Amino acid sequence: MAHGPAKGIGRWIFTTNHKDIGTLYLWFSFAMFLLGGFFAMVIRAELFEPGMQIVRPEFFNQMTTMHGLVMVFGAIMPAFVGLANWMIPMMIGAPDMALPRMNNLSFWILPFAFAILASTLFMEGGAPNFGWTFYAPLSTTYAPPSVNYFIFGVHIMGASSIMGSINIIATVLNLRAPGMTLMKMPLFVWTWLITAFLLVAVMPVLAGAVTMMLMDVNFGTSFFNAAGGGDPVLFQHVFWFFGHPEVYIIILPAFGVISAIIPAFSRKPLFGYSSMVYATAAIAFLSFIVWAHHMFTVGMPLTGELYFMYATMLIAVPTGVKVFNWISTMFRGAMTFETPMLFAIAFVILFTMGGFTGLMLSIAPSDIQYHDTYFVVAHFHYVMVAGAVFSGTAAVYYWLPKWCGKMYDETMGKLQFWIAFIGFNITFFPQHFLGLAGMPRRYADYALQFADWNMVSSIGAFIYGAAQLLFLFNVIRTIVAGKPVTEPKTWEGAEGLEWTLPTPAPYHTFSTPPEVK
Amino acid sequence: MATESSYYVPDQSRLPIFAALGFGSMAVGAGSWVQGGSPMIFLAGALLMALVLYTWFSTVIGENMAGMNNAQVKRSYVWGMSWFIFSEVMFFACFFGALFYVRTLALPWLGGEGKGVPTNDVLWHGFEATWPLFQTPDQVAHGESAQFIGPEAIIDPWHVPLLNTIILLSSSVTVHFAHTAIKNNNRSGFTRWLGLTWVLGIVFVAFQIAEYHEAYSELGLTLASGIFGTTFFMLTGFHGAHVTLGTIMLFIQWLRGLKGHFKPDDNFGFEASSWYWHFVDVVWVGLFIFVYVLGS
Ligand code: HEM
Ligand SMILES: [Cu+2]
Repeated sequence: MAHGPAKGIGRWIFTTNHKDIGTLYLWFSFAMFLLGGFFAMVIRAELFEPGMQIVRPEFFNQMTTMHGLVMVFGAIMPAFVGLANWMIPMMIGAPDMALPRMNNLSFWILPFAFAILASTLFMEGGAPNFGWTFYAPLSTTYAPPSVNYFIFGVHIMGASSIMGSINIIATVLNLRAPGMTLMKMPLFVWTWLITAFLLVAVMPVLAGAVTMMLMDVNFGTSFFNAAGGGDPVLFQHVFWFFGHPEVYIIILPAFGVISAIIPAFSRKPLFGYSSMVYATAAIAFLSFIVWAHHMFTVGMPLTGELYFMYATMLIAVPTGVKVFNWISTMFRGAMTFETPMLFAIAFVILFTMGGFTGLMLSIAPSDIQYHDTYFVVAHFHYVMVAGAVFSGTAAVYYWLPKWCGKMYDETMGKLQFWIAFIGFNITFFPQHFLGLAGMPRRYADYALQFADWNMVSSIGAFIYGAAQLLFLFNVIRTIVAGKPVTEPKTWEGAEGLEWTLPTPAPYHTFSTPPEVK
Repeated sequence: MATESSYYVPDQSRLPIFAALGFGSMAVGAGSWVQGGSPMIFLAGALLMALVLYTWFSTVIGENMAGMNNAQVKRSYVWGMSWFIFSEVMFFACFFGALFYVRTLALPWLGGEGKGVPTNDVLWHGFEATWPLFQTPDQVAHGESAQFIGPEAIIDPWHVPLLNTIILLSSSVTVHFAHTAIKNNNRSGFTRWLGLTWVLGIVFVAFQIAEYHEAYSELGLTLASGIFGTTFFMLTGFHGAHVTLGTIMLFIQWLRGLKGHFKPDDNFGFEASSWYWHFVDVVWVGLFIFVYVLGS
């Protein structure tokens, strides 16, 4: 146990070390982020001007689909699993994850899943073109043949998530150091525990959805076919029963990251710790009973519309508690604005905006106007990009010194922040206007009156894309040539067990558990 | 012996990467197989997977017998198995949910109830919602040329399914007796009761196969016979697959019992399999009620 890492490539392939596996997840997720980002650039380049310039409409549809799938399942989710792997054992005083070999397996099936998914681009009939929500019958009756590979790819992605989550639950419930009671756990651990529960609950439902598709496509069943007595809308219910908890799977760990960073740079303990825990649990619970707010226009009975409308609005309450607590933490704090803090503050502002547009969308009668327009696209990019991606970036800057014992260049970090912040808003703020004016999403071309804002949006997207290359550059430069740091605590105000460890964190930590008081 | 304060963290391992390879090949292979390609890649992946699982479990069992697992490590395995079963519960919940949705909402709407009036009038005129669904909307609209032809009859719950209910419920009892026996260090009792359990599992699956045969060859009840056949075969089929897996698990635990692997206070491999078995049993009760009895 006392030895260091193995030599050569075998270190990464056969590893059972939570830090190695965390690193693998993080790099994999960044690679997927660039791939998904490339698809986004294709989309924005085509939408730069009205008319068809660069790609064919069929290919455009493949791009929107692959962009969504790769970003959600390949970039954001693995990034947070990577953070969980690195940080949870160090935060709760555990020697490693509870099930280290299964941990390796949950990572290494991911490259297979995405190799399968990416290879569909080169198949006859092209890649999946039915949107990341793969609604039937587009994904069944009218699907390209590659849908079968898509289905099995989703299956192994799901298996990876389930194994990863079981591992996290077992670790948190079973491997806490003596004295680390549940209500002493850092919020990042709490949010991940609840996220893992959500994952174990809904990934099997996604597996069920793609299995039904598989049967409908190949074996003559009629789940989603009214001719046999089924219903295409059934697909949407099953998908969103998975899909809505999924968006909280994406954002809850981000909440955890922000709840670590804001106190550190405000030099104050987190305001309302226990209310944060309860709010997280409340959000998780509510996320199971609001799914049909994605389906206000399918023709649900009025009672259904009303129920899902009010239930959805309820989510704003615990979410508001969180935003309130973050702001109260900053209130009268001795604040400084290093890169992680900048991203965290931007998170609070922009995520809140996304929450507000979410509230607008939750109003069933007006959603009939907004649905399937760019307004929805703007909404979910405010919560997923300025929410999840910003917090992931913040986390990397925040913990990078602990991981590799090198300090990033603050000026470059801030530069990246401002480019990303400005680029993001130029890209997505105008999409609110486009949506309200009626521009539908997922079309390769658009009416002339949408031209100006689309061009602005595309320019913003290229700026935002460039910021990511700068991010990559910053991280690599830090690892290769960053200023070495050795103090256990990189940030003056940072709290938690991970900051009691030497910097860089040794290969094995907490082989004997620390005593937590 | 390991102590409470040192958690066993296994060294580097080659098992997971081979499992990933096996898993990946199964996915690729299945993708091409369902499209009419050859099943070879899938089968190769499955074979690799089986070998890895065998080696993996042998390793874990070996570690346990060598005393490397302290109480804390064992708790991790307990949590692992419990949450795995929970994920399986959710998988079945998804298919049960589909059944309830179709029966209580989708079909009545197709039949013209509530908001379904225009759908029924324009698209499926004359279609009536019944359960079991003997006449699909397709048949009403297209007659003989329909793609989905409803079944002529369905399985009578009070024959084979009732028998299977009795078999599976008894097997839950016998596996419990086996558990009590091993807790009292009664090896021969353990072997007897557990042996009876997996035999009952096989009998159940055999009856199920016979039932499917009857459905396909005599009743016209198939996967393609509309939503009744769809939900019927998908629910009972996945359940049957789980019974098969559970039977294999119990059979392996039985072999391990013969080799004397289990102690009164150290038998988690068996215990985990028995939890799985109780779980498939509970699912069956749900199936018997909602698919067979209330479905006829
Ligand atoms: C106050 C909280 C929120 C509310 C009330 C809310 C509400 C909604 C509603 C009603 C829709 C459906 C709009 C339509 O299709 O017409 C929607 C879409 C969406 N939301 Fe939210 N949302 C909230 C937070 C979030 C968060 C935190 C995330 C993810 C991190 C998220 C991700 C999404 C996504 C991905 C979609 C679009 C799915 C698609 O059709 O492709 N939302 N939201
Ligand atoms: Cu939602």
